[in-house]
Amino acid sequence: MSTTKKITVTAVAAALGVTALAGCGSSDDSASGSAGTKGAGSKTVTLVSHDSFNVSKGVLKEFTRETGYTVKVLKSGDAGTALNQEILTKGSPRGDVFFGVDNTLLSRALDNALFTPYAAKGLDQVAADVQLDAGKHRVTPVDTGDICVNYDKKYFADKKLAPPKSFEDLAKPAYKNLLVTENAATSSPGLGFLLGTVATYGEDGYQDYWKKLKSNGVKVVDGWEQAYNEEFSGSAGGRKAKADRPLVVSYASSPPVEVLYADPQPKTAPTGVATGTCFRQIEFAGLLGGAKNEAGGKALLDFLIGKKFQEDMPLNMFVSPVTKGAKVPDLFTEFGATVDKPSTVAPDTIAENREQWVQSWSSLVVK
Amino acid sequence: MAVPVAFFAVFFAYPVVAIVGRGLKADGVWQFGRFGEVLTRPDILDVLWFTFWQALASTALTLLIALPGAYVFARFDFPGKQLLRAIVTVPFVLPTVVVGTAFLALLGRGGFLDELWGVRLDTTVWSILLAHVFFNYAVVVRTVGGLWSQLDPRQEEAARVLGAGRFAAWRRVTLPALAPAVAAAALMVFLFTFTSFGVVQILGGPGFSTLEVEIYRQTAQLLALPTAAVLTLVQFAAVGSILAVHAWTVRRRETALKLVDPAQTARRPRGAGQWALLGGVLLTVLVLILLPLAVLVERSLDLPGGHGLDYYRALGSAEANSGTFLVAPLEAVWNSLRYALVATAIALVVGGLAAAALTRRAGRLVRGFDALLMLPLGVSAVTVGFGFLITLDKPPLDLRTSWILVPLAQALVGVPFVVRIMLPVLRAVDGRLREAAAVLGASPLRAWREVDLPLVRRALLVAAGFAFAVSLGEFGATVFIARPDNPTLPVAVARLLGRSGDLNYGQAMALSTILMLVCAVSLLLLERIRTDRSGEF
Repeated sequence: MSTTKKITVTAVAAALGVTALAGCGSSDDSASGSAGTKGAGSKTVTLVSHDSFNVSKGVLKEFTRETGYTVKVLKSGDAGTALNQEILTKGSPRGDVFFGVDNTLLSRALDNALFTPYAAKGLDQVAADVQLDAGKHRVTPVDTGDICVNYDKKYFADKKLAPPKSFEDLAKPAYKNLLVTENAATSSPGLGFLLGTVATYGEDGYQDYWKKLKSNGVKVVDGWEQAYNEEFSGSAGGRKAKADRPLVVSYASSPPVEVLYADPQPKTAPTGVATGTCFRQIEFAGLLGGAKNEAGGKALLDFLIGKKFQEDMPLNMFVSPVTKGAKVPDLFTEFGATVDKPSTVAPDTIAENREQWVQSWSSLVVK
Repeated sequence: MAVPVAFFAVFFAYPVVAIVGRGLKADGVWQFGRFGEVLTRPDILDVLWFTFWQALASTALTLLIALPGAYVFARFDFPGKQLLRAIVTVPFVLPTVVVGTAFLALLGRGGFLDELWGVRLDTTVWSILLAHVFFNYAVVVRTVGGLWSQLDPRQEEAARVLGAGRFAAWRRVTLPALAPAVAAAALMVFLFTFTSFGVVQILGGPGFSTLEVEIYRQTAQLLALPTAAVLTLVQFAAVGSILAVHAWTVRRRETALKLVDPAQTARRPRGAGQWALLGGVLLTVLVLILLPLAVLVERSLDLPGGHGLDYYRALGSAEANSGTFLVAPLEAVWNSLRYALVATAIALVVGGLAAAALTRRAGRLVRGFDALLMLPLGVSAVTVGFGFLITLDKPPLDLRTSWILVPLAQALVGVPFVVRIMLPVLRAVDGRLREAAAVLGASPLRAWREVDLPLVRRALLVAAGFAFAVSLGEFGATVFIARPDNPTLPVAVARLLGRSGDLNYGQAMALSTILMLVCAVSLLLLERIRTDRSGEF
């Protein structure tokens, strides 16, 4: 295999390079030397985001063609980590625009005055119910996604059992020991699911609901990767890992992903969505305070809610557009679920209670 | 001495102090009362206790399982030894996401043990302990075995000729010579398991948490900097005291050893006992190390309709990954090698100079620095990463978006290895040889080149190999600072694992397999270089 050969050659080169570099002994010089290459020139606009950010190359080229700005993307960890890094570097940001703060963390960003207000062009085309900061325009809504329980179609067909539809169903004996969810303290789908139960059962009732779920054998793992790829029997990874949980907390858009990344692509998605268990996430972007390229950042915000970008998102980030008239690809409508009544909790309420909810949840379910 | 001090001051001490200060200061006033608040919380006390006892248990188990391995690799000659030695080092550099996946496949539901005996170990502490042995086996085999193979067996033989029993000869001659290396290895294993992050997070589930995991949660996810700062200092203090105790014990036992070419000390096993020992070690390696690695390979070839190389082919194109990366995942291989190379160079320069300084002028101050050099291993990657963010943000050191940040962070972890591996050998060099050279008119540089270098060349290569390997596999700090247009291998694997779908999962396994191969090939190459030149001894 030619790859092996290539690797061997590279490794030899590497070993030789070590000696050469070690000889000059002043590697620190190259450190300060490259500091100037940050590309802060007015023709570059830097977008800071989380690891899930994706966009087709052509779309960014389109932006460059329209505005003359080149986009540089910096991904830094999961959504919470990326936001926290921005808060830490407030005033001296690494980029111009931050994308990826959602409604569960929005208040943290706003309380820290992270963003410079800007009303993006085209905002009037964005659905009103997602404009949570409409008065002040510190953030611009970009996409929505629903956190829902997914089910393994084959399992329920084999057992001749109807898949669950609602939160209520999940606590029923028929679904004992079937659900795996994520740690609400460390994982955003985990937190979303917890918030969904708070929205449904109220601040007084959610603990009772979780007691029922616990005695019904809910399993908690730390992150989405593990829940979905190791524990959930309906996913590609799970099938290989001989996973035995046919219910998992994931996204309404997970079934189309299972189809898109399968070869050959199946006629129907192997997984389905329990549409009565959904919590709606809204993701926002904002112009970072102290941005070096403010004009470019503003142009980028306009672009993010423009049709080109909005129509590109579904198959790259598996989220739904917020701009009216943005077309959703067939694959998405065909295999994805439409969620009519997702749960939501106001960002202020979340900000006030998040810690306390998560803590009581932890002592109730994890310990 | 100036280079390592400056390096650590700028790229380690300053960022860490800054981030800890952020957590412990409110309106410019230190809030030491936060110690009391945090350290009386029952959940934090649970974390402290678990961190300590699992590290102790992991270290004991690793020594128990790996010391026979160190002996076998040092003293016996058998076909495939070099290959095997490279392979046992591979786990050490694999990203924990990958290892977690492999171990779940072995110990979890439907895994190897489950199918044979119905035993499942996932989310128990046993899976954590075994994974720690898997990771750290090479530390013991290389650190202890490296020195063992250079000890002259004739010394032990001499003792036996003089009437000592087999065990007494070993205890009186070999053990004292070996003790510093064993202590160093045990210390490293304890440090790694005390600060264990990925293994505990993946295999332990939310029920178990080490100090390091907790610092990560408090910093990256909750932005609870005060709690994180307190925990960072606690970990610092714990690691510092372990290092101090270690430095003291090692100093008491240091002796100049007569080192010989390892090629002369190894021979074919003789007698049933030796063959049984070799067999036992090989079986351990097979079950504990090769099996989890084999699971990865198997999964990378496991297509929906049979076995094949489709996932590997997909790695070569950016299109197949529609946007997961801006480049084909395969480019991550080249990125990783480049970064690791620069990191190795930095680590060798910084660590080599430090080790040399520590050998020559072993004053009290310098010895203190010896322990300080180990501290990066005991400080969480997230603390360093977040520290980088808030300190290296002004010209001329605005490195936050520069590529050099990745090798710098990797070198921080690599330097302690270089120092640890170099020091025992450097110190064991008989000073009189150098003096003799000087008397005969050699300049200090010439004396170093003619006397020290030939003796330490092997250690230097081993150190380079280790630094290179840990740089390749480093994940914690890299994940915060790696740029999306050039992800490293572990970062690419984690990103692929982070998305659903057959193709992504398969590619993650394929990329892990490639990472595994790259590590094995690099390590094997280092062994070769050594052999080619060993004639100069």
